[in-house]
Amino acid sequence: MHPLVLERPRDLSAALSFGAQAGRNDAPVEYIAGGTDMVQLLQEYVRRPDRLVSLAGILDDGIEIGPQGLRLGAAATMAEVAAHQAVVEQFPLISQALLNSASPQVRNQATMGGNLLQRTRCPYFRDIGYEACNKRAPGSGCAALDGENRWHAVLGTSDDCIAVHPSDLAVALVALDASVELRGTGGDRSVPLSDLHRLPRDTPHLEAVLEPGEVITAITVPATTAGLRSHYLKVRDRASFEFAVVSAAVAIETDGARIRQARVALGGVGTKPWRLPNVETALAGADFEPAVLRQAAALAAEGTRGRGHNDFKIELMQRAIVRAVEIAGARR
Amino acid sequence: MTAALIGKSVSRVDGRLKVTGAATYAAEFEVPNLAHAAVVRSIAANGRIAIDTAEAERAPGVIAVVTHRNAPRLAYQPHKGLPDAAVGERLHVLQDDRVNHQGQPIALVVAETLEQAVHAAEVVRVTYRNEAAATDIKSVDPVLPTGKPAEWEIRRGEPDSAFEQAEFRVDQTYVIPRENHNPIEMFATIAAWEGNSLTLWDKSQWVHNVAEEIAAVFGIATDNVRVISPFVGGAFGSGLRCWPHVTLAALGARVAGRPVKLLLSRREMYYGVGYRPHTVQRAALGASRDGQLQAIRHEGHQETSTYEEFTEALLSATRFLHSCPNVHTRHRIAPMNVHTPTYMRAPGEASGAYALESAMDELAVALNMDPVELRLRNEPDRDESKDLPFSSRSTRECYRAAAERFGWSQRTAEPRSMRDGRSLIGWGMASATYPMNYAPASAMARLLPDGTAEVMSAASDMGPGTWTSMTQVAADTLGLPIERVKFTLGDTRLPRAPIHGGSMTMASVGSAVQAACRKARDEALARAGANNLEEAMKRSGQIIEATADVTPGDETKRFSMHAFGAVFVEVAVDPDLGETRVRRIVGAYGAGRVVNSKIARSQCIGGMIGGIGMALMEHSVVDLRNGRVTNANLAEYAVPVHADAPPVMDVIFVDEHDPHVNPLGVKGLGEIALVGVAPAIANAIFHATGKRVRQLPITPDKLL
Ligand SMILES: Cc1cc2nc3c(=O)[nH]c(=O)nc-3n(C[C@H](O)[C@H](O)[C@H](O)COP(=O)(O)OP(=O)(O)OC[C@H]3O[C@@H](n4cnc5c(N)ncnc54)[C@H](O)[C@@H]3O)c2cc1C
Ligand code: SF4
Repeated sequence: MHPLVLERPRDLSAALSFGAQAGRNDAPVEYIAGGTDMVQLLQEYVRRPDRLVSLAGILDDGIEIGPQGLRLGAAATMAEVAAHQAVVEQFPLISQALLNSASPQVRNQATMGGNLLQRTRCPYFRDIGYEACNKRAPGSGCAALDGENRWHAVLGTSDDCIAVHPSDLAVALVALDASVELRGTGGDRSVPLSDLHRLPRDTPHLEAVLEPGEVITAITVPATTAGLRSHYLKVRDRASFEFAVVSAAVAIETDGARIRQARVALGGVGTKPWRLPNVETALAGADFEPAVLRQAAALAAEGTRGRGHNDFKIELMQRAIVRAVEIAGARR
Repeated sequence: MTAALIGKSVSRVDGRLKVTGAATYAAEFEVPNLAHAAVVRSIAANGRIAIDTAEAERAPGVIAVVTHRNAPRLAYQPHKGLPDAAVGERLHVLQDDRVNHQGQPIALVVAETLEQAVHAAEVVRVTYRNEAAATDIKSVDPVLPTGKPAEWEIRRGEPDSAFEQAEFRVDQTYVIPRENHNPIEMFATIAAWEGNSLTLWDKSQWVHNVAEEIAAVFGIATDNVRVISPFVGGAFGSGLRCWPHVTLAALGARVAGRPVKLLLSRREMYYGVGYRPHTVQRAALGASRDGQLQAIRHEGHQETSTYEEFTEALLSATRFLHSCPNVHTRHRIAPMNVHTPTYMRAPGEASGAYALESAMDELAVALNMDPVELRLRNEPDRDESKDLPFSSRSTRECYRAAAERFGWSQRTAEPRSMRDGRSLIGWGMASATYPMNYAPASAMARLLPDGTAEVMSAASDMGPGTWTSMTQVAADTLGLPIERVKFTLGDTRLPRAPIHGGSMTMASVGSAVQAACRKARDEALARAGANNLEEAMKRSGQIIEATADVTPGDETKRFSMHAFGAVFVEVAVDPDLGETRVRRIVGAYGAGRVVNSKIARSQCIGGMIGGIGMALMEHSVVDLRNGRVTNANLAEYAVPVHADAPPVMDVIFVDEHDPHVNPLGVKGLGEIALVGVAPAIANAIFHATGKRVRQLPITPDKLL
């Protein structure tokens, strides 16, 4: 671990004043919440901030449900949110996505804010034995492009980075039109989850839109998406405790035997949590005929780019959408 | 007298220590004045290095920075232990500026704290002069291992013409990627010198070999090295050899003039403690219409390092598992810029069986014959490769018992013919075998006047339950209640045991423990003139000690000795998403006498789960461009988790009394339990989907 100073501010405004920059990979001051990702990055010298600002104990950890919808404090743990009765009953997609993430031990420790801003699992990013990684060392190249890229993205990629955003939670949230509340020294603002993460383009080291000092204080999910039929489907090489090879978050409203409105997002395939408006439009009004679903899901392939080992994801993600819609539709 | 304990289900005597954290592992020993070491490792696969240590030397807490420029020249006297490669020379650490594999140690930092050592290691500046490296097996021409070519290419009958003439033929290539052992406990060594004497607290499957190797490396007498290793948190073969990090710890302690602890990180576990080598095998089977094997041609090659020729028993089972008059096996190696692979649970046998038993299944399909029937039709009467009788062989009974328990007769042969809801169901099976190994071993038994006994041997227990089974054998032999017997292992001061590998510990150490206890008991009874041991121990008022050595006789000349088994598997495959989950495994084993039914069952379940890993997920993803392992961590290197363990794992031990193998009549179980699982799963996946995947692991992308 690179030597660093650990700051343990007494309150949030003290924390903000350190000017830590979340969501970019070249910041000299960083936040740490549950630490389940950050500690690994520090241990492996992937991140070398001089100063680490602990958010422990100074962020809201409440879980509230009201007429506006769901509000998850940034410090609520994955385990708490997954097991919360209102979440389970009204936003089961969130609970499912969380229960399909990591392990009980990690979920007990990891927070909502940290989950959204965890770093990619790209092995070249995480192994400093590789020089080339634009995300870790801007301008150094991308070892994944022609390397072992079975884990990598097929959507939202650039010539500079093809890393997957690894969060399952974010995939469910983006499908449910969630937003994050941010607080900075300049005040509060709310950002739709779909705008929180940036595409890699030629600046893959910039991952989120947070300004210096800004923290995520809460996640909000609108009441309009409560109680939808939904399913979070996660395909992986083992039955549990693994990041997604491909995942699909689906929430639908039905009208008899037809889909009135569908929300579809994918994980494991995008450089950020990936919502699919085209697929949603095609699903609106559709029945559950496999061929119809299949045709709608095929639109997910628009704009995909495989790099060899990950080509299979383009087919697999379409199948995952179909299956998730079927399962969601079968729920009462 | 107490009731016989051998064969009983006895809970682990060390179980409480382990679950309460009271068992002390190598990194946990408290040694005064301890300094900490960290290793700088090469990020090039081949070339020369130049090192600048100025900044590291100035870093806080640093005691020493050792590189090839300032390291003491080490003796590296010749020494080859059983787990070392027969040909080649072990890696010499910090002796010159050459690197020949990724992760090779190139500097050692010793500091006051672990954090300081790690930090200083990070600021050691290394420049590489890269040379072309062989990191892709496809670019390397495999060669026969040096020396004794007759061992590596073996022929009986006329395999080529017999294959050409056979009415039914299968000829396919099967690939297994590199796999790492991934034990829970990371390797650790604490080294402390006193003058020319060295004490090592180490994670090891063979303490005596560590002492001998380190003595040879430093050019000191073996008696001057004491190795202590009471608990091993899993090893699966990675602890058989004495690896370079042990030398580094001892070297660091010598240079620093203080005891030093070196604990490998998880990432380092992929760069210096061996792995199951990547293998490429071609298996060709020819048979007559009635399923009689006419020819087997099985060749395989595997990666090894440029400095040592590691080989494993990849093709040996092919020569005797099924009856066949015409057999050709050829084993080659591909020297590459990698560190030397090593034995990983059922080395060779598990890999070879994947190819052979998959090919047998393909042949059964070609013949339109039940795969069990095919095997029964080719059941040999004797070992046709050695022309010796088997000391015992219970294959028929294993097929019968496992098939019956599994309900095999309900199977419909057609692929994709069995379903459960959406899932495609597949049933597959494979045969298993593993040699009976028995090696010289010694043990000591000490009877105390208070009616308790201490029994000891320098064995190891990496998980199979040696602590418990030896206590059981001792208590059984002495006729004492198990609570009154204390067994000790893992210290070179104890009588010598063989390597804790090759499934030979029960046979060898068990037989020695039994012999020592018999001797002590007889002496106690004779001295006291009693016929009750407890009475005799009390009456004598003295400590009675007896040491016994056991040595195999000429039984290997008279018999072919192996454990045999059969594995039956049910899988469910999602036809759209390609996910495979194993639902049931039934394994039947003829493995001689079973000493502890509970622990034996655990062993077999562990092997089955390991086999699920091998079949479905384990894969060290090596970047072919430079030889680095891209998934060198336990998040991306998938091993089975609880959710992957099938709800039904049935273990059947068929009754087998084998008087020939060793005094205890045991054949060993640790490894056969892994053999056959991967091919049985691959065969079941074929049955479920109609897709034959010949490249492990069978991940969803291969079934789309
Ligand atoms: C073995 C393993 C398996 C895993 N599997 C999965 C999985 O299957 N699916 C999945 O989704 N995740 C998985 N994870 C990732 C896990 O969910 C994240 O590590 C965790 O959610 C991070 O939360 P944390 O509180 O520990 O964050 P930290 O590690 O403390 O921080 C992570 C990042 O977020 C920033 N940060 C934290 N809180 C805030 C805030 N409030 N405002 C601004 N910035 C903030 C930090 O600066 C840091 O950059 C796995 C992790 C492990 C270790
Ligand atoms: S994909 Fe992105 S994170 Fe991975 S190596 Fe390339 S630049 Fe780095």
